[in-house]
Amino acid sequence: MNLGFLVLLPFLGAVLPPLAERWRFSRPALSWTAAVLPLLALGVLWFHGRRVFSGETVRQFVPWMPDLGLNLAFRLDGLALLFSLLVLGIGLLIILYARYYLSANEKAGRFYAFLLLFMGAMMGVVTSNNLLLLVVFWELTSLSSFLLIGFWYHQTDARKGARMALAVTGMGGLALLAGAIVIGQVVGSYSLDDVLASGDLIRGHSLYPLILCLVLLGVFTKSAQFPFHFWLPHAMSAPTPVSAYLHSATMVKAGVFLLARLYPALSGTDLWFFLVTGAGLATLLWGAIWALFQHDLKGLLAYSTISHLGLITMLFGLNAQLAAVAGVFHIINHATFKASLFMAAGIIDHETGTRDMRRINGLWKYMPYTAVLAMVASAAMAGVPLLNGFLSKEMFFAETLDSGQLGSLSWILPLGAVLGGVFSVAYSARFIHDVFFNGEPIDLPKYPPHEPPRYMKVPVEVLVALCLAVGIFPSLTVAALLEVAARATLGGTLPEYHLAIWHGFNVPLMMSIVALVGGVLVYSQRLRLFALNDRLPSLDAKLVFEARMQSLARWAGTISSTLRNGSLQSYTAWLLMVVALVLVTSVTRELLAGGGREMLPLDGVALLCGGMLIVAAILTTALHRHRMTAIMCLSVVGLVVSLMFVRFSAPDLALTQLSVEVVTILLLMLAMYFLPVRTRRESSMPRIGRDVVLSVLVGGGVGILAFMMMTSGVDSISPFFLENAKPGGGGTNVVNVILVDFRGFDTFGEIIVLGIAGMGIYALLKDLELYSPQTDSLGRPWAKDAHPLILVTISRPLLPLALMISVYIFLRGHNLPGGGFIAGLITSVALVLQYVASGVAWMHRRIPGDYHPVVALGVLLAGFTGVGAWYFGHPFLTSAFWHVNWPVVGEFEVATAMLFDTGVFLTVVGATLLILANLGKLSLLDDKGGVR
Amino acid sequence: MEALVAIIIAVLVGSGVYLVLRARTFPVILGLTLLSYGANLFVFISGRLKLDQVAVVGQSADPTDPLPQALVLTAIVIGFAMTAFLVVLALRAQGELGSDHVDGQRDELYGEQQNKGSR
Repeated sequence: MNLGFLVLLPFLGAVLPPLAERWRFSRPALSWTAAVLPLLALGVLWFHGRRVFSGETVRQFVPWMPDLGLNLAFRLDGLALLFSLLVLGIGLLIILYARYYLSANEKAGRFYAFLLLFMGAMMGVVTSNNLLLLVVFWELTSLSSFLLIGFWYHQTDARKGARMALAVTGMGGLALLAGAIVIGQVVGSYSLDDVLASGDLIRGHSLYPLILCLVLLGVFTKSAQFPFHFWLPHAMSAPTPVSAYLHSATMVKAGVFLLARLYPALSGTDLWFFLVTGAGLATLLWGAIWALFQHDLKGLLAYSTISHLGLITMLFGLNAQLAAVAGVFHIINHATFKASLFMAAGIIDHETGTRDMRRINGLWKYMPYTAVLAMVASAAMAGVPLLNGFLSKEMFFAETLDSGQLGSLSWILPLGAVLGGVFSVAYSARFIHDVFFNGEPIDLPKYPPHEPPRYMKVPVEVLVALCLAVGIFPSLTVAALLEVAARATLGGTLPEYHLAIWHGFNVPLMMSIVALVGGVLVYSQRLRLFALNDRLPSLDAKLVFEARMQSLARWAGTISSTLRNGSLQSYTAWLLMVVALVLVTSVTRELLAGGGREMLPLDGVALLCGGMLIVAAILTTALHRHRMTAIMCLSVVGLVVSLMFVRFSAPDLALTQLSVEVVTILLLMLAMYFLPVRTRRESSMPRIGRDVVLSVLVGGGVGILAFMMMTSGVDSISPFFLENAKPGGGGTNVVNVILVDFRGFDTFGEIIVLGIAGMGIYALLKDLELYSPQTDSLGRPWAKDAHPLILVTISRPLLPLALMISVYIFLRGHNLPGGGFIAGLITSVALVLQYVASGVAWMHRRIPGDYHPVVALGVLLAGFTGVGAWYFGHPFLTSAFWHVNWPVVGEFEVATAMLFDTGVFLTVVGATLLILANLGKLSLLDDKGGVR
Repeated sequence: MEALVAIIIAVLVGSGVYLVLRARTFPVILGLTLLSYGANLFVFISGRLKLDQVAVVGQSADPTDPLPQALVLTAIVIGFAMTAFLVVLALRAQGELGSDHVDGQRDELYGEQQNKGSR
């Protein structure tokens, strides 16, 4: 069975709940639709899990973008199996829990969709066998957690918390991406298999410090390590099921997962020890101490989570195999007791209406069953014997003692560990004592509180039972899973270790006892500590963060409003200045390179025509405010350009340019009818000066570049086309064969562009109302004779002649100058002439209907010709040709390219007429009196 | 000859650049048309200048480079489509905003003068 299903199923599952909501399923049924695909995924996991337990690593590989090294590669080893179990298992419990937690009027479908989206992303992170793919899923977890934290988006806190979490973890994700790319460059592969096997290469590389810093930035932001921990408490504005899922078992564990995943590749250096252990120790202490001072139930759990994540991070940083085993073990334990505690907190919040521990007291009397569950879980959190937290904490204490990497300062680590333990006991004690005992509840919004619905407690019961089972019978329960997971983390080797409750009287046990006793002592002094805390200046991370973000946004806003001032002229000027700069620098380099090709002799005709073009172009510019004159000059330019094509052996281009010239000038004349006839003089002298300098720089630069190019030798790929046009494409006109055969796909794209332009124009002209002047600019009325008799008389017989020529040009196009583009343009010109001479109404009576179906037909015909090649097992647009012997004509060549060219022809005709006829109709609309 | 063609391209591009920087839509359209002439010629001459050497198999001893020609041919047609689109965009802007300024600035005084035909 495909391993990818593990990831795919939750993503697919995200679609079902919103549908169920739309179809008005009841809440239980809706929860089932959310649960069914994760359950299936759990089945897939069980299927592969047996192989993993027997020591195998299951792999799946589907190429995605192999050139970039990005592939859909998945692997399931012990570590991935452990995390998959956490993600899917706890996820299912959360689905059950949320069914009761969310009130009836909340959009549970949306909630489950986000939750499953997150689950899929998380499964992707833990099973990826490709670093880039892992980063993709990593960012997906950030995005989906943003949606989840901001689920109650009507609350400011939720929005701000979500934004903060996204900003911090997203930023870390970018750093991680950079780190992954550097690793890929060093190792030469993004595959995790290769990366994990290249630990020595990475550690020995000069880029190792950079890699480590980038990866750790990703890890520390995600796992809320000091100094990036501040987002986690603010993410507590999420619904409690989200906190229980994301902030105990999954999202924040993604960071430590990555530490474990890349452990064989990155660990083992002093830098690793100082960075990872340092951050872990700081986080452990910071989180543990501040957890005690939180009055919010979830705030306490959030800081406690930070502290435990610090503990795990520190374990991985110690560079000892046994410590890494302890780290993996604590990941399991923390996930179970913290998820159950969050759920218990959610139950209390749900039943009392508040999370303030100064008001919630003495709940033992009202909800004893929940109280027992919560107390067991808290005891596990504190590290009380017979519970799972005790086992991993003992291992932690032992490891801090064994680490000698700080030399004579090595005592700092165990001291810090015990201090963290003391506060961890103190806040756990507060969770138990303050909430369930300590007098009567004060002023609860919901009174009296009572036990929650039966099945809301089930997820908590399951997890608490696990805490107990692991704590009492570790070797029967967790040992096998821990062994495969730890083996995968360490890259195959496993140190000797022994999971047992009783190791005899030793130093770690003493440390545990000191922590328990010290914790209770600290808790008993809590009121004095709170008073002390109240006197400290308060620093709200959210305010600081918001202020920073806002100043950043203002700063960005200033920059963009300076650059984006709403003036097209200034954008164009900036763009052209850059062009001028590039030209000036490149041209000076080119000048040094020099030419070498022999030049053609200059003759009188060329000089005369060239002179005409230059004068006309300058006149167009100089007289541009007199628009009619400018159009006249422009048409001279176009004509001379087509003559240049004739002269320099490009008859196809000359024909095209000539026909396009006609339609362009017509188009501009039509436009001028509606636009002001003259342009006002409004540029200031400095502006004109700047523009002249720019034009001279850009024009001169391009001219010199052109000269350099023409006088230098050529090394072209064109001999290929010249040699293969006849045997490969069945035509002798190489330009046309390139268009319809060699580069047919380009041409296909180009006629689509043409079609899109036509459609865009059609849409823009729809319902357009324009002021149309009744007189010309000098106040003279328009001529009454809109359709001069001579023009009408001459134009009509011209049409069949023009069409015949166009057929001729089309048919010979494959072998002699011509083809679909040119034939299409000639047909268009012929038809447009009829519009001009006889009027839109006259034409409309003869050619009813619109032109856009013609465009579509052309594009489809060309497309189907291309697809047709597939039918014969060739690539898209492969052409075929046959020699046919026609009775009268003689031997004749038929190519499928001809069919393609017909598509081109139809598109050109359709688009050109669509543009001109619709513009022409506009002038018809405004004088309803008669036909112009 | 090459120098003449280079000067032609320089003038076309230079005039185009100047017009593109103007404030009203019509000169900008003219400028873009001139710029596309210049650009088309520039691409075309990358096949170098050859007299009477049409790229048809069997007609020329030393045929000219057909590839830039094929590129330019479609560029001409697409250039037309683009010009047409810009023209219509300019018309739409004129219709919606009553101004032909490229930034859509309303220009009441100018409009009145236009209507009277006084300038």
